[in-house]
Amino acid sequence: MIPEIGHFALIVALALALVNGVLPIVGAARGWTHWMRVAWPVARAQFVVVAIAFGCLAASFLGNDFSVLYVASHSNSMLPPVYRVTAVWGGHEGSLLLWTLLLTLWMAAVSVLSRQLPRAMVARVLGVMSWIAAGFLLFMLFTSNPFARLLPPAVDGRDLNPLLQDPGMVSHPPILYMGYVGFAVAFAFAIAALLSGELNAAWARWSRPWTTAAWIFLTLGIMLGSGWAYYELGWGGWWFWDPVENASFMPWLAGTALIHSLAVTEKRGAFRSWTVLLAICTFSLSLLGTFLVRSGVITSVHSFAADPARGIFILAFLSIVAGGALLLFAWRAPKIGLGGGFDPVSRESLLLSNNVLLMVAAASVLLGTLYPLFLDVLGLGKISIGPPYFDSIFVPLMTPAVFLMGIGPIARWKSARLPELAVRLRWAGAASVVAALALPWVVGGWKPLVGLGILLAAWCVSASAVALWERIAQQQGPLAARFSRLPSAFCGMLLAHVGIGVFIVGVTFVKGYETERDVRLEPGESLTEGGYAFRFTGTREIDGPNYRAARATVEVSRDGRTVAVLHPEKRLFIVQQTPMTEAAIDRGVFRDLYVAMGEQVGAGNAWTMRVHIKPFVNWIWAGCLLMALGGALAACDRRYRLVPRKRRAAVPAPVSVSAPASVSLTVPRSPRGAAPAPGTATREAGTGSEAGEAGR
Amino acid sequence: MKPRARRLAWIAGALAALGAASALVLNAFQSNVMFFVSPTQIVEGHVASGTRLRVGGLVEKGSLSRDEHGLTVRFIVTDTARAIPVVYRGVLPDLFREGKGVVAQGTLMPDGTFVADQVLAKHDENYMPPDAADAVNRARSTLRVSGGASAEARR
Repeated sequence: MIPEIGHFALIVALALALVNGVLPIVGAARGWTHWMRVAWPVARAQFVVVAIAFGCLAASFLGNDFSVLYVASHSNSMLPPVYRVTAVWGGHEGSLLLWTLLLTLWMAAVSVLSRQLPRAMVARVLGVMSWIAAGFLLFMLFTSNPFARLLPPAVDGRDLNPLLQDPGMVSHPPILYMGYVGFAVAFAFAIAALLSGELNAAWARWSRPWTTAAWIFLTLGIMLGSGWAYYELGWGGWWFWDPVENASFMPWLAGTALIHSLAVTEKRGAFRSWTVLLAICTFSLSLLGTFLVRSGVITSVHSFAADPARGIFILAFLSIVAGGALLLFAWRAPKIGLGGGFDPVSRESLLLSNNVLLMVAAASVLLGTLYPLFLDVLGLGKISIGPPYFDSIFVPLMTPAVFLMGIGPIARWKSARLPELAVRLRWAGAASVVAALALPWVVGGWKPLVGLGILLAAWCVSASAVALWERIAQQQGPLAARFSRLPSAFCGMLLAHVGIGVFIVGVTFVKGYETERDVRLEPGESLTEGGYAFRFTGTREIDGPNYRAARATVEVSRDGRTVAVLHPEKRLFIVQQTPMTEAAIDRGVFRDLYVAMGEQVGAGNAWTMRVHIKPFVNWIWAGCLLMALGGALAACDRRYRLVPRKRRAAVPAPVSVSAPASVSLTVPRSPRGAAPAPGTATREAGTGSEAGEAGR
Repeated sequence: MKPRARRLAWIAGALAALGAASALVLNAFQSNVMFFVSPTQIVEGHVASGTRLRVGGLVEKGSLSRDEHGLTVRFIVTDTARAIPVVYRGVLPDLFREGKGVVAQGTLMPDGTFVADQVLAKHDENYMPPDAADAVNRARSTLRVSGGASAEARR
């Protein structure tokens, strides 16, 4: 009975999505308020109904209802309850349900948190998101119903893939999906702008916190996935340029470009078409990611289900969404306009350069991911493109990007001067060079690439420090008060940029100095690696809830002093008879010691083992965490919350927004710069309201 | 700068950047593409030794031997028509078994031995890495093998 309720809830959700995809959009186009009003309650109802469906599936898993096909193929009565819940998204159908649930959650959030936005805008945003939800619900109901029954019921289930029986499974997929799906909000805002033909600074201010929120989730989701792969897959890597990782990385790159482009659109009214195009690209890449992962066209640790028919549906859906959006863009973009002009050296041009670099990076990842697929489909041979390709592209692309990232925050809008920038950043540059020469030498010997990495990392940190110092120096009063007056968006940006620096430190040192040794060890034997002695003392049999394992004891000592006792395991999962390696890691700020068991060899109790020493590896994830934290600070900036519509109408938007120090210091270099686009500012403030909307 | 000159400068800059990026990508592409071949293609001499390749097929039953004092393993990869010897030094993946699908990545030596630096295996009982399945299929010239669910472990 419970599965049928869930199935019915999905059908109801589809009906609601279709209603909500039509009425508010038509209402907004015609100015019919009562049609627009439908959007709010129906959006929330969609969330409730999909949540009921999700709850039904979770209940079927918890109750071991093996008459449901999906439960029977992804769970087992021996599976611990927490993994029975996570098994809901352990396969294709449940992942789609999670996707849809999160989409409707974002819709409900938009409907609750957008009181200050014009009604027509929100109606359009919710309408567009409903179309996306309808697409996914159709997909689920027609090709991949999670509630399909299995007759006769299975006695017991096939069990969840042992790789997925891990705490990482609790957090990584939902948070990553929150990020993927969150870009649907940015996409819907962009489509709403195209539909209405109005895109202004106010529009950018509304869509910015949503875009940043999605970006935060995507950053965290990628970070969790990378950390999970590091300890679970047992060979100590943290990023493999696997197609599925690329699928999440491409929207991240495009989304990063988007949040920076939105900043320009909000502050200067420039880059309008470009911002809209980026929003479309970012969400299309999210959909492409879903397609790549869920259609089975690529194989990796992530593609659990392979079914070409589903692939065709997602591909068709993707072409409709991306193609339709791009057509709409081509038709309406001229109406939106390009926005204000700027000099070749200005904050705008720096941000534009970085946007282009990020998009070139995304395009090269796309090429490396899709090219083997195309060759295969066309029957021209099978190739694989591995990490060396991506490494050789990312170093030359990201070097200028990181360099410009240091300059951007202190450059003036509209027009800046290079000599002046050089003077302001001279100490940051000097400090970076010193760090690049000294630090690698201290950690493990100077190498050119390590030197370059540290140069860039130090540049991120020191240039951010300069930006912070200049802001502080402009203010009056005691130091604490000056700090407290900094806008949180500014602090968030600096924190995220410092996060990039920390991330680069981690990547550089891991790539430069990591070691890996495969050895065969008898009990009592030891291996010396990087100054650490790893002594294998033997193994012990242990019983887990649904597996048996051999657990080894490895004592690690340095200069005769015990540093850590590690217990790597080799597990045999009983239901699927699958062996799994569980690595043991001693984590530290400056290095990780990593031991994974291979297999038992020869007579006696000898095992093959893989031993890694990973310097600074945790800095990689610390950097991601700082980026996400920076994003959170930026999204919480008070100007996103406290701008009542009446006040906004009275005060020209760009001035009220960029009031703090940076603008007051700006000396316009050209007569045109004297008035920062006053015409657009006042007009925009007016057209943001519904009167302007209806007047169109 | 006049608006027209400025626009020209922008376009020239953009084109130069695009050109540089394309050159970079294509160069990286050319030097890092790895072809996938079947044992039959190797034995019939379609492949020059010394290039980096991926070879897929089944681990021949009874072919696995291990160096007693070290970590070096030898096994034979077959696509059921032809077979080639593979040498690998290191820890094998969890699901490496005789008679099951495998993909080895490495270099072909002049003597016909394939020296692998990475070995990928299937990840559950019904599943074969698609590359391995493809090699076997080509050899059998039948079309449908494998299917099922789950994932490829990389080592």
